[in-house]
This record gives sequence, structure tokens and C-alpha cells, in this order.
Amino acid sequence: MLLSDFLRVELRLTGTHVGCEHGVCGACTVLVNGEAVRSCIMLAVQAHGATIVTIEGAADTDPDLFRSLRQAFTECHALQCGYCTPGFLISAYAFLREHPNPASLTDDEIRGGLSGNLCRCTGYQNIIRAVRLTARARATPTVQT
Amino acid sequence: MTADAAQRPPLRLEDARLLDGYGRFTDDIRPEGVLEAHVLRSPHGHARIRAIDLHAARGHPGVVAVWSFDDLAAIERTMPMIIPDPRIRHAKTQPVLAATEVLYVGQPVAFIVASSRYVAEDAAELIDIDYEELSAISVLRDAAGPQAIPVHQDVADNIAGTFEAAFGDVERDIWTAPHVLSERFEISRGHAQSLEPRAVVARYDADAGQLNVWDTTQAPIPLRANLARMLRLDESMLRVIAPDIGGGFGPKMALYSEEILVPYAALTLRRPVKWAEDRLESFVATASEREQIHDAVVAFDAEGHILAFRDHFLYETGAFIPYGLNTPFVTSMHLFGLYRIPSFAVRFEAIFTNRMFCCPFRGAGRPYAAFVIERMIDRIASALRLDPAEVRRRNLIEPAEMPYRYPVNYWDGGPVEFDSGDYPRMLRDALALVGYDRVRAEQPKCWRDGRYRGVAVAVYCEMTGIGPYEGARVHVRPDGRVVVASGVGSQGQGTQTTLAQVVAAELGVAPEQVNVTVGDTAHFDWGIGTFASRSVVTAGNAARSAARRVAEQAKRWASDLLEVSVEDLELAEGMVRVKGVGGHGIPLGDVAAAANPARGRIGHAPEQFRPGLQADGFFNPQQGTMGAGVHACIVEVDPHTGTLQVLRYIVVHDCGCVVHPQIVEGQIHGGVALGIGGSFYERLVYDDSAQLLTGSYMDYLIPTAAEIPHMEVVHLESPSPHNPLGVKGVGEAGTIPVAALLAAAIEDALQPLGVRLMTMPIAGPDAIRAAVRDAAVA
Repeated sequence: MLLSDFLRVELRLTGTHVGCEHGVCGACTVLVNGEAVRSCIMLAVQAHGATIVTIEGAADTDPDLFRSLRQAFTECHALQCGYCTPGFLISAYAFLREHPNPASLTDDEIRGGLSGNLCRCTGYQNIIRAVRLTARARATPTVQT
Repeated sequence: MTADAAQRPPLRLEDARLLDGYGRFTDDIRPEGVLEAHVLRSPHGHARIRAIDLHAARGHPGVVAVWSFDDLAAIERTMPMIIPDPRIRHAKTQPVLAATEVLYVGQPVAFIVASSRYVAEDAAELIDIDYEELSAISVLRDAAGPQAIPVHQDVADNIAGTFEAAFGDVERDIWTAPHVLSERFEISRGHAQSLEPRAVVARYDADAGQLNVWDTTQAPIPLRANLARMLRLDESMLRVIAPDIGGGFGPKMALYSEEILVPYAALTLRRPVKWAEDRLESFVATASEREQIHDAVVAFDAEGHILAFRDHFLYETGAFIPYGLNTPFVTSMHLFGLYRIPSFAVRFEAIFTNRMFCCPFRGAGRPYAAFVIERMIDRIASALRLDPAEVRRRNLIEPAEMPYRYPVNYWDGGPVEFDSGDYPRMLRDALALVGYDRVRAEQPKCWRDGRYRGVAVAVYCEMTGIGPYEGARVHVRPDGRVVVASGVGSQGQGTQTTLAQVVAAELGVAPEQVNVTVGDTAHFDWGIGTFASRSVVTAGNAARSAARRVAEQAKRWASDLLEVSVEDLELAEGMVRVKGVGGHGIPLGDVAAAANPARGRIGHAPEQFRPGLQADGFFNPQQGTMGAGVHACIVEVDPHTGTLQVLRYIVVHDCGCVVHPQIVEGQIHGGVALGIGGSFYERLVYDDSAQLLTGSYMDYLIPTAAEIPHMEVVHLESPSPHNPLGVKGVGEAGTIPVAALLAAAIEDALQPLGVRLMTMPIAGPDAIRAAVRDAAVA
């Protein structure tokens, strides 16, 4: 059984969407041990013992990042039909977490970082804007005392 | 809150649950005890079915039912014509399951219901079908040729239907004109490819005697009517819900066999049944669009003014024609661009081939019309050595000429009328924003430096917001919340938010106070569907009208309660209140409660009375609205690799009054992106036996964020005179001129090499390299 089917059918976590079932569109992206993975080309048994984060649990993993990403998506109108959105949020979330200095990200780098996810509605522009906004906000230096 | 705040565009009301993973798409619906279905499809482009043996599949563990055509005797077995048309000579629609022959790869042949899709797919492999393979026609040119093999035995010439329209004396004008150009344009198939594949879930509720159907449809109300007719049920037994839909773009308007088979299975098996398409199925069994071959002739004077335009084209409809002549008709009526054309003639033939049938796809025939007329304008410019932007300017309809009406009727029966707007200004603004003159001035130096940079501009019109009608119901609950229901579904266009805004503005409440349900026949069951960029024009104006009626009801009730005359009352800040006296009023919810008293005498005119605050509104446009726009872009092309870089992309458009600027801009962005995909990257390729060669995202290249440029969008708002909200449709607008624009920009960049691009899609870097080679040989 595919991991995507396991999440959606057995666990009833339907926020992970299946778009192409051949690992191209990215709608099924989840975090497996912290890494963005396409759940439609991974078998459920391969995830045995792993920690998996889906869209439903993303806010519990890194509330600050996820909430600001989520807020930026709605403010920037970065979603229309919403089908690709959970995959984009997970990919963007992993991309920003992995990047050592999000504030320095250019639009081209963000476009490259998200080019593993397809969206058919938005033309990507507002998704890029939302991720840029989140990256800038995240990088605002905080003084440790 | 002020009245202003009530009208401020809210954040989309749809977003929260979609962002948190709690959207409800059809495939997310999984009733207890659900069975899963799989469709066995034709592997052949054309074959006779000699025998079908279902025996082994029926005996496979976990299989509940296996059906072929013969098992469907209790229902109507031929799919309906969605858009009948007297000009169709052969109204061929497909059988629900193939009977004696298959006419395209992907045609449904058998239907398997099992404990899971995994089991159903295994069982499908046990079905034995004896096919006698026949020659298939996969190319439009062959299907229309004199030696064509018939797709249908009783249609020797493969002509499904024809249409022609004309005004003026085109032949004379072409004969007498100082300049005449003729060109052939070839446009091949593309696919909408919404990211959510089609899906259907059905559950029969024996207690209520109701068959509930969840379906990824753009037209839930017509689907219910068709289901009732085909399954021979009363409509009241059927509830069709179009829940969250993951993109539509047209193909989800059509009606497919699975939408009949799944509800029928749930009804007869008395178990919930579900079917979800996989990606390969979406390529072969969801409608695609648009192979056309145009032979166009334009006559013009020495200044580049168009004198006459004639186009004859072939339109490929696939093996069946359920959606009628809609797409080629729309193409025909958009050949005017935004131009004055003194005499005009168009004629087309719709041709059967052995491919999946066609239905409109975002743009719905308009992008091909724009490709033909805009490329012709570019040809006029190069023939006269004029700037292409200048030739456009000289031919544009001027504001003083409006309403500018052509003596032909659109497919809703209304006139083709350019009703409002300032096209020359849109052109000027687009040229200024893109820096047209600067790019032109720098071009020689770029070319000397070996950089191929080009600039282009293209215009488009879009007849939108056509009838027949849509409706909406508005209801104020005693807790003050407003409930709106409409038959139009949403596939991501933000319809809920837009309707909430329209109603909120009329009732003086915040949009967040309004709950909108769309696409559920249990809430509202009059309407047609979401297509032709018509939702806000039709349902928006219907919701406005319903909300106005509710506001009048609220004032009448409040007038009794406050002992103030109706004329002195207004709805604002969630209250019905006395105008000009701050705070003196009653909360709208309290008025709603008072309008439905439990005891007592009401005292209104007994026969005019209705309880509660609730009204239905409908809007039937007298004619379509005419959206318009101008796109401009700068590109750089590498003639060696054929790669394309879009350096700047400008959209100046006019969709009338903008209800929610962010949503409108999003529609434009998405439209342009789809246009870029369809112009440059995406193409359905078939081999000689009508087998699809591009059935995955490895072969059919949907652009990613890395390929789509940043777009700068400017809204010009000239209110439509044809509806109270002053809106014009915008859903498809962004897509329309993109192919024409990119072709012109690439040609412009490669001017020194003399490249010509007369096909759409341009089909990517390979095509550019080929065009460069061809130009070198020529």
C-alpha cells in the first residue's frame, strides 16, 4: 500500500492530496523524519518507525513558522482551489527550515525551491510572494537576552 | 464597522479549512462500508468488440460486481447531448459502456466494483475482451480528407456539424483590396489537467429514500437532471453535491460515464461506491480540447486598416460530440479581436476522429481565435513594414464608437457587442508599462551582441457572462448570520467570498457574517453551472437581487417594530436603523426572529405575507458582457537551445467593476500561466493508431514556478452596462492572448533569423530550434 493511501484511507488524514501518483506534482508531500517526501511513491511499510508530519499536524511541529506561512498564504491569496496547497505548505515549510538564511532568499531561489510542486490555478506568483513574506519575517533578527 | 468596511474585500472565506488540511474534496469522502470502482478502458483507437468474458473477474475474491453494456438494460445507456444544436448533423454521444465497438483509447468498456481499488484493478486484468482492431484516425487533417476512414460507419465524411456566419461582401472586398494575405494556422490538442482528478462517490440512504452523490462537477444541477433521466428516478430522490473542487477549467462541465455508473452501482448494490480517476485516466478519459486548422485571409489597405477577413477552419471534436459546437462557435465569434472589421465570413466543419471527445477548456476556443487574428495583424505589419503595435492601434474600436455591434449573434442569441471600455488606452498603457519603445530601440545592439530579445503586444476580447440564468437564495437567521446558497459551484474562483461580499454590501453586514453554500442541490436547485466566466455576472447579480428583496422585507418588519416609515430606515452595521440617527435600530437577527413569530397576529396583507427574512433572486442576462485586455511581454530566446525566458509580462485588462481585486488578479495570473503552458510546453501527442503518447507529467509538461514569469496586472474598470453590478467575466481572460503574444515575441526576438511561428502550441524549445533551422534553409 502506498503511503499516501495509508494516510488518507487508513488514518483518514485526507489533507494529503493525491495529484499524479507518479511523484511529479507534489500535492502528496509530507515530512518523513523532517524531510519533504512524496507519499505517492513511497510504500507505507517503508515508513515503518518513521515520524511523519502531514498538513494536519504541521502546526504542532513548528508553530511559529507554520502559522506565519499559513497566514501569508491567505493574505497573499496564494491558494485558489486549495488542492495543491497542503503540498506547497509542507514543501515551503521544509524549504524554509532547511535554509540557513531565509532572509537572503531571492525570488528565483524560492521559485527553484518550490519547483517540485505543481499548481494549476495561481500561476505561482502569490505563492512565491507568500513564501518570500514568511522568509523575511522569519529572518527578522531577535535579540537574545 | 462602517459601510465602507462592509465593502472592503475580505480575506477569502474559503481559505482556513483548505490551509489546515480540512478541505472536503470528493475523494476525501469515504462513507462507512464504501466499495471502490475501476473502469476498464479501450486500449485501441478503433476496434470492434467480438466478445466480452467477465466470468473470471466476477469470481475474483473481493469483487462485488462487474458490468458491461449488457448489464445496464435497466437504465438509459446512451449519454445525453449536453448542448444540442440544430447545426449538428450527427449528434453522436457515447454509450455508458461500449457496446459493439470502441472509438477511442480510454473509452469505458467494463465497470468493476470491489472491496478496494487495488482489488478492482486486479480483477480488471481477468476480463477477456476479444477485439478486432480497425484503422483509427488520429489526425484532424486525415479525418477531413477525401480518403478519410469513417469514425462512425454512418458518417462517411466525418463531418459532425457545420456553421457559417458572414456580413458584408467579403469576396468583393478581398478581390478589390490593395493588399491580401492568406495564412494557415495549426493548433493542436492540450489538456486542462486540473490537479484534482475527477471522482464520484454515491451513497443510497434507504431510510430517507435518497441517493446522495458527491461529484467533481462544475454543473451539479444539470448532473442531477441527467442522472434522474438516465437512472429513471425522480429528481427529488437525488441530492448532488459538488464539494470542494480541485480546479475545473472546463472539462468538469462535461458528463462522463462514471458519473452515471457510480450512483447506479450505489443504488443497486445498496452499498456506498466510490471511483477516483488516476492521472493516466485523466489524460485519456477526461475531455481535452482544440485541434483546429485555420485558413484565414485578410484584406487591408496601405495603412494597415483591415478591409475584410475570411476564415475557414476545421475543428476536431473527437469520437463523440456531447458538448456540441460550442468551442468552434466561440472561436468564430472571437475572431474580431478588438478591431473594426468591415466585412467578415467564417465557416467551420466539426470533424470526428478516434480520440477522446472534446469540451471547452479555459479560454474555450477564444485563444485560437486570438492566435489567428493577432498573428494576421503581425503579418499585416510585416508586409507593410509597420510596427505591429501601430497596426493594432489603427484598427482598434474607439470608445466613441461604442456600443459597437457586429451583425451576428453569439451562442446565447444575444448580439456580439463591444459595450464599454477604452481599448486604445489599454494598448497605450501596456506599451508604456512594458517599455516597448525602449526595447525596440535597444534591439539592434542586442542582436549585435548575440542576444535575441523581442517585444510584443496582443489584444483580446472575451464575451462572458452569458445566460440563460443563475439564481441565489438569501436568508437571515435569527442569530444574525446570513446564509446564501447558489447553484454555481466553485473550483477555486472564490465564489463564496465574492457572493458574500455582494450580499453583505446590500444587507449592511460584514462579509464574514455571511455563510455561502454553492453546488449542493439540497440548498439550491435552480441553475446551470460554472463556465464561460459567468458566475459573478449571473449568480452575483442574482444574489444582489435576492439580498435587495431581503433588505426590503427587513425594513418592512422593522418599520412595524420601530413605528418608523420604511423610507426612513437603512441596513448598516448589522442593524436595521433609522437613517441619520446613530444607534437607534434593531439588530438584523432580531428582525429575522420577529419575522417568524411563534404566536400572535401579524397584521400584514394576508396573501402577500411571507415569514422570515428570505428571498430568491435570479438574473438572466439579456446579452453577454464584453471583457477585454492587452498583454505585452519581453522575451529572450536562445536560438541554439531553443529556450525561452520571459523577462517582463504585462496585463492591462478590463473586466468591468472589480468586486474583489485580489481574486480577480489571481484569476488573471492563473489564466496567463495556463496560457504559457498551453502555448509553449504542453501538447497532447498521438501516434498513427490514435494512442496517446503523452499520458504522464513526465511527457506532458506543466510549467512549474521556475517557468512562469512575474506578471504585472493593471485593472481598468469600465462598468458593464448590461448588469447592475457592472461586472464582466474574467475567469478565462488571462489565457486568451498568450499564445499569440509569445509567438509574436519569439518571432520578434529572432527577427534576424527570419523565424515564423504559425502553430499553437509552439511546442517548446525543440520547435524553436526547428523553426530556426527551417528559416536558415529558406
